[in-house]
Amino acid sequence: MRDALTRLRYRYWPDHLLGEILSKRWTETAIPVIVLILVAFALSRSIDHFLSPSSLADTARQAGEIGFIGLGMALVVIVGGIDLSVGSMFALTDFCALYTLDVLGWPVPAVIAATLICGALLGAVNGVLIGYLRLRAFITTLITLIIYRSAFDLLIQRHSNEIAAAFPDIPSWNFVGGGDLFGIPSVALVYLVIAVFGHIFMTRLRPGWHITAIGGSRRSAYNSGIPVRRTIALCYVASGVLTSLGALFFAARLGTVGGDIGVGLEVIVLTATVLGGITLGGGKGSVAKSLVGVLIVLLITNGLTTLNARGGINRVALATILLAAAMVDIRWQKNRARIISKVYVAPTYHELPPPPPTEIGEGGPFEQNDKLRDVTLIGLGRIEAPEDVILDRNDVLYAGSRHGDIMRFFPPDYERMEVFAHIGGQPLGMAFDRQDNLYVCIGGMGLYRITPDGTVEKATDETNRSLHSVNDDSRLRLADDLDITDDGLIFFSEATVRYEMDEWPIDGLEARGNGRIICYDTNKGTTHTALRGLKFPNGICVASDGQSILFAETFGCSIKRYWFAGPKKGAVEVVMDNLPGYPDNINLASDGNYWLALVGMRSPALDLAWKMPGFRRRMAKRVPVDEWLFPNINTGCVVKFNEQGKILESFWDLKGLNHPMITSMREHRGYLYLGGISNNRIGRYKLAGADPDFVQYDKRWGRRS
Amino acid sequence: MKRVRFSQQEIVFAVFALLFAVFSIFLPGFLSPDNMLTLLQNVAVLGILGLAMAIVVIGRGIDISLIAALAVPSGLVLQMVQNGHSLTAALAAAVLFTICFGLVNGWLIAYAEVPSLFATLATGIFVAGLGQAALFQLDVVQWSDGMAGFERLGQGTIFGVPTSIVMFAVACVVVALLLRQTRWGAYIYAIGDNPYAARVTGIPSRPIVVLQYVLASLIGCFAGLVMAASVNSMPTRIFNSTLIYDVILVVVLGGIGLSGGRGGVVNVVIGTLLIGTMLNGMTILDVPYAGQNLIKGVVLLAAVITDSFLNPRNEETAQQGDI
Repeated sequence: MRDALTRLRYRYWPDHLLGEILSKRWTETAIPVIVLILVAFALSRSIDHFLSPSSLADTARQAGEIGFIGLGMALVVIVGGIDLSVGSMFALTDFCALYTLDVLGWPVPAVIAATLICGALLGAVNGVLIGYLRLRAFITTLITLIIYRSAFDLLIQRHSNEIAAAFPDIPSWNFVGGGDLFGIPSVALVYLVIAVFGHIFMTRLRPGWHITAIGGSRRSAYNSGIPVRRTIALCYVASGVLTSLGALFFAARLGTVGGDIGVGLEVIVLTATVLGGITLGGGKGSVAKSLVGVLIVLLITNGLTTLNARGGINRVALATILLAAAMVDIRWQKNRARIISKVYVAPTYHELPPPPPTEIGEGGPFEQNDKLRDVTLIGLGRIEAPEDVILDRNDVLYAGSRHGDIMRFFPPDYERMEVFAHIGGQPLGMAFDRQDNLYVCIGGMGLYRITPDGTVEKATDETNRSLHSVNDDSRLRLADDLDITDDGLIFFSEATVRYEMDEWPIDGLEARGNGRIICYDTNKGTTHTALRGLKFPNGICVASDGQSILFAETFGCSIKRYWFAGPKKGAVEVVMDNLPGYPDNINLASDGNYWLALVGMRSPALDLAWKMPGFRRRMAKRVPVDEWLFPNINTGCVVKFNEQGKILESFWDLKGLNHPMITSMREHRGYLYLGGISNNRIGRYKLAGADPDFVQYDKRWGRRS
Repeated sequence: MKRVRFSQQEIVFAVFALLFAVFSIFLPGFLSPDNMLTLLQNVAVLGILGLAMAIVVIGRGIDISLIAALAVPSGLVLQMVQNGHSLTAALAAAVLFTICFGLVNGWLIAYAEVPSLFATLATGIFVAGLGQAALFQLDVVQWSDGMAGFERLGQGTIFGVPTSIVMFAVACVVVALLLRQTRWGAYIYAIGDNPYAARVTGIPSRPIVVLQYVLASLIGCFAGLVMAASVNSMPTRIFNSTLIYDVILVVVLGGIGLSGGRGGVVNVVIGTLLIGTMLNGMTILDVPYAGQNLIKGVVLLAAVITDSFLNPRNEETAQQGDI
C-alpha cells in the first residue's frame, strides 16, 4: 500500500522540474516579475482606482522618466560599476532644458539636443574618471553627485526666478510633456522604443556582449582584446544621456526647477535596479529586469504616498527593500551552483523483481563460467576506453579512445595501430553504412560521419525540441549507440537529456526515463525524436526482419523492440526484462541471433534503493558524490539471445583478469571482439562452431566485390 | 644620488601650512585667537568622525552611515530626556541602539557579504528614516532641563582648552592605542592589507570586521553627543547635509588610502586641520554654501585621483565587482 502510494507520487509528481527550472537563466527575471504582480495586486486591493486608466497613465509617465535613468543605471551596473550621480545629473539636465527653452528661447529641437549633449558631457566626466583613470565607481560618482548638486544649487539661485516667470506654450513641447498616441503617453512610447533597442543591443550586438563580458570578468575581457576602458567610459556617457532624456520629459511635464529635484533619486533607481535582479558587481542583467524593478519601486513609493505614509517611512521602506534585494541577490549568486546541484538530482521510483540467478550451481542461462579466460588481447595498454569495437569488410578493427580519436588495428595480428581520425569527443557506438562511411556517436557532441579516407563530418547534433521539457532537449547530450537500417535511417540512442557524459552514473541513481531514441534520415538529412522517456537507452540493433530495432534500456534492465516500419509501425514491445545486469550494446550474431553485453550486474542494495526514492534523494543531498550508491559496473558478461528473447548462452570472465566489464562485442569471421569503456585492451575470442566467413555487413547488404 | 621623496602626510601637512600662512596673511581676522578657537571647535566633531571612518577605511571598508550614527542615537538621548526619562536611561538606550546599528552594519558586510559602501548607504537611510518616522517629533530635537550638566561635554574649557578639542584628543588617544597597541588593531591592519591572506592565517576576519563597524558607530554616537552638547540641540536633518563627504575628505586627504591597511590617527589629525582651515577660510571669505560644497567636491575628487595614483588598487586582491 505504501509502496503503491510512493509509486504514484513519483510517477506523477515532476520532481525533476525544480532543478531544471532553477538552472534556467530566466528564473532570475521571473522572481521580480512575481513580486511585481504581488505588489500590484496588494495595492489594487488597498487603494481605490489604483488600476484606473488615468492612474495607470500617470504611473506610466513617471515610470518612463525613471525608467530611462534605470536603463542607464542597469548599463553601468552590468559593466561592473555604479552611478550615484544620476540624481544630480537629472537636476542639472532638467535645468539645462528649462533654461535653454524659457530664458534663451531656443526652439524645441535645439533644446532637446542641448539637454542630451549636456547629459553626455556630465556622464563623460564620470566615464573618464572611472573608465580611463580607473577610480572606484562608487566613491567617484558620490563625489560627482555632490559637485553636480552644488553646481545646480548655484545655478538655480541665479536663474530660478527667470524660469518660474516663463510660461512657454509650444505645442511640440507640450506633446513631449503630456501628449499621447493611442492613449499611450509619449514618454512611454519613447521608452518602449529605447527598451526594445536596448534589448537587441545587449543580447544581439557586439558592444552589448562586450559590456556583459567586462562586467563578468574585467581581466578576461581585457585579455581577450576588448577595449575595456573605452567601453566602461561609454557606459557612463550612456547613463548620462539616458538620465538627461528622463529629465527632458520631466521638464516638459512639470516645467519647474525646485531645489530638491532629483534628491535621493539615485537610491530609488539603485533599489529598482537591484530589485529587478541586476547583479551588483556586473555581468548579469537585462532591459526587462530594469523595467520590472522600476515598476515595483514606483508602485511601492506611489502606494505609500497615496496611503499618506510619513516621509521617513518611505525611506525606511526603500532602504529595507534595497538591503533585502541586495542580500538575496548576493547570496543567490554565490550559492546558485550549490543549490542547483543539491536539488537537481531527483530520484524516482523504480521497481524490479528479484533477478534470475547467476551463481555456479544454480543453473539457468546466466550461470557463471570461465569461457572468456582464453581471449587474445589486442592493443593492451595502447588503447584507452574502447566503448565500441567494429570491423570493416577488410577485417580492419576500429575502436574509439578516451582521447577523442578513432583508432584502427590492422589484420592479421592486429598489432599495427594507427589513428584513423581525430574527433575531439569520446567515441561511443559505431556503425558502417553501405558506402563504408563510419557513423559514430560522440558523447557530448552528437552523431558524426567519417568517410573511408578519414574525413570527419558532422551528421547531426540536434533534434526537434519537445514541447513540455524545461531543459532545452534539442541539443544532443549523450548520443550512445546506433544502427543503420536498409533504407538509410540511422536510429541512435541518447542515454539521458538531463546529464552530461561524465555524470552518467547519476542518471542511474535517478532511474527516471530521461533517455530517448532519435532517428537521423541520411537521405533527407533530417533528425527527429522517435521514442522518449526511456531509462538510459543504450545498445541498438536492427532486427533481422528489417522493420524493427532492438534496443537496450540499461537501467530498465530490459531489451525492447520498436517497429519503425511495417504493419506494427510505432509499436514498442518488451523482448526481455528483468535481466540480472545492465544491458549495453546489442549486435548481430552469425547464426541470426543477437549478442548482448551486460556492462554490470545488479546488486540487491541498489535494487532496494531504487524502490526508495526518498532515501536516494537524502543521499544525493547529504553525502559527497564519491560515496553515493551507484550502479555496479565492475563485472559483466556477454550473452546470446534469440528473436523471442530467450537467453541461449553466456560468456564470463570469472577471474576478472581480462574483461571484467564489457560494453560491446562484435562477431567477425568466427571471432568475437570485446570492448569496454574502462578497459585498456580489446579482447578477441574464438567462437566454437561459428561461421568463419561471417561479416556483418556482407550478411545484411550482400558481399561486395 | 639620493632621491628626495615625500610621503602623502608630509605633502598634506605642507599644503596645510601653506594654506594657513596664506590665510593668515590675506584674511583679516583669521589669525585672531577667537577664530582659532572657532576653527578648532568646528573641526573637533569632524575629527572624531574622521577617527571612526579611519578605523573602517584601514580595514578596507567605508561607512557612509556615520552621519546617521551621529544624528539618531544622540537625538534619541535628547528626545528621551525630553519625554521624561532619566539621562542615564537615555544614554544607555542610545548606546545600545548604536551597538545594534553597528552590529547590523557589520553583519551585512562581513557575513551577508554586501559591499560596505552599499550596505552602509542603505542602513544609513534606514536609520535616518526610522528616526524621522518613529523617534523624533521635530527635526531639531531641543535641549531640555533633564540634560543639565551634560553640555559640559561640548562647552567650556578644561585647563583653558575648549572641551570639544579635549574630547577629540581623548578620542585620538583611545583610537591610537587601539590601533597600535592591541591585537585587534593589528588584525584590522592585516585585514585591510589583504583580507584573504588575513583569513588564511587564521585571523577571525569576520568578527573583526563587525567590530570595526560597531566601533565606528560608537565613535559616531560620541561625536553626536559632543555636537549636541556644544550647540544645545540635535539638528537631525544634518543627515541630509554633506558632512559625510567632509569626513571622507579628512580621511583621504590625511593619507589613509581607500584600499586599506595604511595610515593612522596622525593622518586623521592632519586631514582635519587641513579641512578645518579650508572651511574656515571659505566661511570668512563668505563663499556661499553651495560654492563651498563645489570646492570641497573638487578637492575631494583631486584627492581621490591622487590617492589612486599613490595607492593603486591591488588587482590581485581587489574583488571582482568591488565597486
